[in-house]
Amino acid sequence: MFETNPFAELSVTFITPEVMQMYLIVMAVLVAGGTILDMIHKKSAKYFFQDSEKAKKNAKRTVGAGEKAGLAVATLANEVLTSGEFSNTKRRLSHLLTMYGFIGFVVATIVMIFGFSDNALFAQLWHIGAIMLCVGGYWFWFFIRVDVNSEGVRWYQLRRADLFIVSLFTTATFGLIWSYLQSSGAGAVADMGWTTLFFALFIISNTTLFSTVLWSKFAHMFFKPAAALQKRIAHADGSNLNLPGDYDLTDPAVQARFPDIPTYMGKNPPNMGPGIRREPANHY
Amino acid sequence: MPTFVYMTRCDGCGQCVDICPSDIMHIDKSLRRAYNIEPNMCWECYSCVKACPHHAIDVRGYADFAPLGSSVRVHRDEEKGTIAWRIKFRNGKKDMDLLAPITTKPWGSGHPKLSEASAPSAEMRDSELLFNEPKYVAMNDSALPTLESNGLEIKEGVYY
Repeated sequence: MFETNPFAELSVTFITPEVMQMYLIVMAVLVAGGTILDMIHKKSAKYFFQDSEKAKKNAKRTVGAGEKAGLAVATLANEVLTSGEFSNTKRRLSHLLTMYGFIGFVVATIVMIFGFSDNALFAQLWHIGAIMLCVGGYWFWFFIRVDVNSEGVRWYQLRRADLFIVSLFTTATFGLIWSYLQSSGAGAVADMGWTTLFFALFIISNTTLFSTVLWSKFAHMFFKPAAALQKRIAHADGSNLNLPGDYDLTDPAVQARFPDIPTYMGKNPPNMGPGIRREPANHY
Repeated sequence: MPTFVYMTRCDGCGQCVDICPSDIMHIDKSLRRAYNIEPNMCWECYSCVKACPHHAIDVRGYADFAPLGSSVRVHRDEEKGTIAWRIKFRNGKKDMDLLAPITTKPWGSGHPKLSEASAPSAEMRDSELLFNEPKYVAMNDSALPTLESNGLEIKEGVYY
């Protein structure tokens, strides 16, 4: 199962590669269109640039192009690749699993359907990606989400906010079941049996995932990195969203300006460690 | 003005939900972001503003400590043990930075180690006094502390 390209068998018996390629292109167009409509509807781009202008006015110094590039690299390494914005470790791990699972799954699908490579590595990547999506998705669904809401929301209660995550893990789950049934000899998709059912469910979840960008949180993968970069630039140029400065308590100038610091904490205050963050938030 | 949440900065971690003394910060069921469910009941204690790791919660400073229309932002740094405030007046000219200590020793190191104290005797159990009561209420020689016993005296008038 893990080394078989599930789309290869599909193209022999049922759907031509051209149809599959067309389907992928339609999905890509839907994602792009949905994101643009989402931006128009929420006016997010307008407010984003308005905020940037405001920050620029409040800036205490200008950030050069080289420094901006450095900040972009830091954003990529911290917020994008390692989901550094999450303070909750469980949510961060679950997000990393679903994120890398999704990327692997999508990349492997594109490579296998457009026939860029018939290496078994991509079939493995597709399956591992789907498993990671399932682990991260179900962990979130059955354990984290129940706690995150903390208001009696059970796993079977669906809301609009769940459109993205539910279509994501159902895509991965039905994809895995379809691939298993197809490779274990339970019948081809063209036989109109169980394999056909799970393939149909896979396609339905897939289409839901990529066609509901306007209503789901799919677009967060595009605007979150931009917002994280803007936050870093605002910190670097001193506008810092009007937040107070970051002081070095051992600096004599800081101690002279705020005499309470050396009086009560000493000239070289120790690291006080985590306070309320010693315990994760668990909502009463 | 009561608290409000910048939805794009909130990640739904729930620190504000845990700390709110009025129990009015909740996680929105459809957006998974915090919001103030009952602004009328918010007394602007700033607990959630200080607890938020993303600075996603804001309060418009009331006129009792900052002129109306000013931006009041706060950053509580647990590792450093300080709290920093920035009050920027609405004319944009006056921009105050304030910094104060919130602890003088590492968090959690100042708790009395009650498990290491010896168990109370039967006599102590039968007594009307609570654990360590004479010591903890600072009674000396079976008398309550007074200004006189502490060498203090009341001055007349406003003297702060």
